[in-house]
Amino acid sequence: MSTSLSGPGAATQPPGRGPLRSGSPRKPRTARNHAPITLTGLLVKVVLLGLVAGIAIWAAFPLVEAELWGGLAILLATTAGLFYLYLSPRHIPGKYLIPGTLFLVAFQILPVLYTVSTAFTNFGDGHRGSKDDAIVAIQSGSVKQVPGSIQYPLTVATKGDPATGALVFLVTDPTTNTVSVGDTEGLRQLDAGSVTVAPGGKVTAAEGYQILNFGEASNRSRDITGLVVPTSGGALRSSGLSRAYEGKAIRAYDAGCDCIRDSETGKTWTADDSAGSFVTADGEALAQGWKVNVGLRNFSDVLTDPAISGPFFGTLIWNFAFALGSTGFTFLLGMGIALALHSPRMRGTNFYRVLLILPYAMPSFAMLLVWRDMFNTDFGLINNLFGLGVDWFGETWSARLAVLLVQLWLGYPYMFLVTTGALQAIPRELTEATAVDGASPFQSFRAVTLPLLLVAISPLLIASFAYNFNNFNAVYFVTEGGPFPADNPTAGATDLLITYTYRLAFGAQGAEYGLAAAVSIFIFTIVATVSAISFSRTRKQEEVYS
Amino acid sequence: MRIRTAGVVAVLGLALAATGCGSDSSDEPAAKESTKAATGGKLVIWADDKRAAALKPFGEKFGQENGVTVEVQAVSKDLQTNFVTASQQGSGPDVVVGAHDWIGNLVQNGAIDPVQLAAEQKSAFNETAVKAVTFNGQLYGVPYAMENLALIRNTELAPEAPKTIEDLVAAGKKLKAEKKASEILCLQSGQNGDAYHIYPLYSSAGGYLFGTAANGDYDPKDLGVGKPESIAAFQKIAKLGEKGEGALKRSITPENSIATFTGKKCAYLVSGPWAIADAKKANISYDISPVPGFAGGKEAQPFVGVQSFYVAAKGKNKALAQEFVANHVTTPELAVALYNAEPRPPALTAALDQVKGTDPDLAKFQEAGKNGQVLPAIPAMAAIWDPFGKAEAAIIGGADPAKTITAAGKTISGQIK
Repeated sequence: MSTSLSGPGAATQPPGRGPLRSGSPRKPRTARNHAPITLTGLLVKVVLLGLVAGIAIWAAFPLVEAELWGGLAILLATTAGLFYLYLSPRHIPGKYLIPGTLFLVAFQILPVLYTVSTAFTNFGDGHRGSKDDAIVAIQSGSVKQVPGSIQYPLTVATKGDPATGALVFLVTDPTTNTVSVGDTEGLRQLDAGSVTVAPGGKVTAAEGYQILNFGEASNRSRDITGLVVPTSGGALRSSGLSRAYEGKAIRAYDAGCDCIRDSETGKTWTADDSAGSFVTADGEALAQGWKVNVGLRNFSDVLTDPAISGPFFGTLIWNFAFALGSTGFTFLLGMGIALALHSPRMRGTNFYRVLLILPYAMPSFAMLLVWRDMFNTDFGLINNLFGLGVDWFGETWSARLAVLLVQLWLGYPYMFLVTTGALQAIPRELTEATAVDGASPFQSFRAVTLPLLLVAISPLLIASFAYNFNNFNAVYFVTEGGPFPADNPTAGATDLLITYTYRLAFGAQGAEYGLAAAVSIFIFTIVATVSAISFSRTRKQEEVYS
Repeated sequence: MRIRTAGVVAVLGLALAATGCGSDSSDEPAAKESTKAATGGKLVIWADDKRAAALKPFGEKFGQENGVTVEVQAVSKDLQTNFVTASQQGSGPDVVVGAHDWIGNLVQNGAIDPVQLAAEQKSAFNETAVKAVTFNGQLYGVPYAMENLALIRNTELAPEAPKTIEDLVAAGKKLKAEKKASEILCLQSGQNGDAYHIYPLYSSAGGYLFGTAANGDYDPKDLGVGKPESIAAFQKIAKLGEKGEGALKRSITPENSIATFTGKKCAYLVSGPWAIADAKKANISYDISPVPGFAGGKEAQPFVGVQSFYVAAKGKNKALAQEFVANHVTTPELAVALYNAEPRPPALTAALDQVKGTDPDLAKFQEAGKNGQVLPAIPAMAAIWDPFGKAEAAIIGGADPAKTITAAGKTISGQIK
C-alpha cells in the first residue's frame, strides 16, 4: 500500500533527489559512528544478542538429537548473520529490515511452502508417518497371546551394571515356583539355591544378576520392550515390568516380496507405493498406511469429484455475496455513524464513540456463540423479543440474513473507527468551499468527501473483503454452514468455501490434510486474483485523486 | 537520541527474531523431557482436565512407591488430535486417557499398542467394556469407566417412568396443556442433529449403523444408513418431529437441553451421567430409567461409551507405561478415585460394587445401558456423525425421510474407504 501511494509521487522527484543523496553519504555515516554509545544502548544490545545466542543453543540440542543437520546449518547461519549484523557498525538499513524479513520467512513463507508441499501428498489420518513406521505398527499390533499359555511373574535384571549390562528376564513359573532366565537365546532354568523368590513370584535376588528396580528398569525401557525370548510356542515378551506372556506376532513384513504376511489366515498384503498402503489382491487395505507423494491427484480430485465440484459454484457465489455483504454493510453503517458523529453540531461524541466501539472490544468468539443462541427458534432472544416464530437457521434466506446481521454487528465498529480517522484527515475547508459554491450537503459528500474517503479506505475494504472471504468462525460458530438441503448433507446454504472444505477434509473418515491443502490453494488463488484486481483499480483511483 | 531509537527497534526486532528462530525447531519440549528422563524413570500421562486432576494423586503415589516420576498433564482441547500429532513427532506422552471410539483412528495412525492382559485380569471387567476396547481381535486399552444415555425425569412433574415413547409423549403433552412444562421432551438435536442422542430411538425403530463382521467387530462394508430399515425408522422418528407430535425439536440444542430440564421447562431429559451434577445443583427431584422405545418396536439401545487408558506406541518409556496400564490401572483403587472425580460407572466390576451402595444413580444408569450397543470404534464411524445428524435434523424439521436418509447413506458410503 505504502509503495503504491508513494509511487507516483516519487516518480516526479528523482531529478532533485539524486544529486542530493549522492553528494552527502559520508556525513550522516561519520556522524553515526561518532554518536556517543550510551550505556543503556549497549546493555540492551548485549542482553538481546545474548538472548539470540541462548535461543539458538536451546534450539540446537533437539536438532542435533534428531540429526537434522540442514536445520542446524540454517540455525547457525541465521544466528551468525544476526551477530554480524548487529555487532558491525555497517549495514544500517539491514538492521531495520532483517528482523521483519525473518518473521516474514518464518511465519508467512514457510507455512505457505509447507501447505503447497502437503497438497502433493496423501498426508492425513492413516498416512502420517513413514513406511517403516507403518510396518512397525502393523507387526507390534499383531502380537497375540498364545492360546492356553500362562502368564509369568517377571523380574527385569542385568548381567553387570544396571545401566549398560546385558538385559535378561527372570520369569517365575507360577505353579512350580522355579525361576528361569531368558535372553535372546532362549530360556534356561536357574538353580533353586541361587535365587530368592518373594511371594507372588517376584525375584528379589539372583546370583550373578543385578535386579533392576522400576526406576532403573524404565531407563532401559526400549531394551525391555525390544527383548523377545524365543520359546517353543512363540516368544516370551514383557507386559510392563512385572509380567511376561507368551506371544506371537501374527503378521510379519517380508522384504523379499515387499509385503505383509498373516501367518494365521495366510493372507498377504502387498505394498502399494502410489497409495501408501498395503493392499491384498482384492483391494482390501491395512489401516496403517504411510505418507507418499501423490502428484496432482488431490488437485484433480477437487476438479473432478462430483461431491466436491458439484456444489462448488453455488458455494462460491454465496461466498462472494457473503464477503461483499459483510464488508459493504459494515462499511455503510460504520461510515454513516462516523459521518453523524463528525458533524460539528453533534454533542457528546466521545461518549457515543465509546459505546459504539464496545462490540469491537468483545471477543468475537464468544459473541458469535451468543448470537447463535439468540437466533434459537423457541428459546432465542430475537424471536421472543419480537414475538416471532421464525426458524432462523432452518430456512436458506433467513439463515443467510442472520449470518450477515451478526457480521454487521461485529464488524461495523471497525469501519466506524477507520472512517472516523480518515474523515478527520479531510480538511473541513473543502466541504466548506462546496457549501459556498452552493452544493447541498449530499452533493458535497458525493463529490468531495466520499472520493477522498475511498482513497484512504479502499485498501482496508479490500483487506476486509479478503478476510471475510475466509471468515470461518463467522459461519461455523453460528450456523455450521446450515441449513442443509435434505438431499445433500455436504454443502449448506451458508457454507463458505472454507467451511465447506473443512467438512470435506476433516468430516469424513479421518483428517485428509493433503486434500485440504489442495483446496486451500484453490481458495488462495481466488482471493489473490480478486485482491490483485481490486488493488490495481484502487491505484488508478488514487492517481486520479491525488 | 538516534542510538536510543535504534536500540528500541533492535530490542523489538531481536526479541521477535528470537521467537522466530525458536519456532524453527518444533520438538524442543521433547528433548527437554528426554534429558530429564535419562536421570530417572519418568511416565508422562495425558488426560483431559477433570481426569488429569483425579489421576494426579494416584500417579504421585505410583511414582513414590516405585521410585519413578509420574507427570500427569492436562490437555483441555482436542486431546485425540494433539496426541496423534505429538506422537508422530516423538513428543507425545507414554500413556493417554480417552474414549474408546478413538481406537480406530489411533490404530490406523500407529499411535497406540495393544495391551496384553491375563485372562483373569480381563474377567474382572464388565464384558461390554472389554468388547468396546477390543479392536481387530486385540485389546487396545484398559477401560475404567462406562457411560450411556438414560431417561432422566423430573419426578415432581412425571412420577411414573414411561414404558414407551408414546406414553412419554402423551404424558408430556398433558403437562404442556396444563402449562406445567413448555416442552414434551428434552432430547438434544440442534440445527445439525445429534446422532448419539437420537440413536436409542433409531435402534428401537429398527435402524442400525453397521452390521457385525464374523470376528464380532462392526463391519464398515455393511452400512445400515440408507437401507429400508433406516427409512422406516426415520419415518417413525418424523412422527415425533416438529410437523408431528412436536416432541423432537431442532431448537433443543446441546447447549440448552440440560438447562431446559433443570429450569423445569420439560419433564423428561435424555442424557448421560454428566447431567446429574446439574440436576442436583438445581435441586430437581429426579429419577433415572432406560430410554423408552416405540410401542411394539425393538428395545431402545443407547450407545455405550468407555473411557480407557492407552499405551502410546511411540512413548519413551513404554515398559513403564505398560506396567502402569496393564498392572496398576486394573486395580479397583484407581477406578474408585476416578469415580470420585467424576461419577461415571466404573468398568471394573469390583469397583462398581464398591461405589454402588453409596450412589443409587450408578446402578440405574448401568441398568439403562444393559442392552446398549458399544459405540463403534472403527474409523468409518467418523463418517457417520455429520451426515447422519444432519439427516436427523432435516427429518425432525419435516423433510421427507426416504429422500433424506438415502442421500445421507450415499454421502456416508462415499466417504468410507
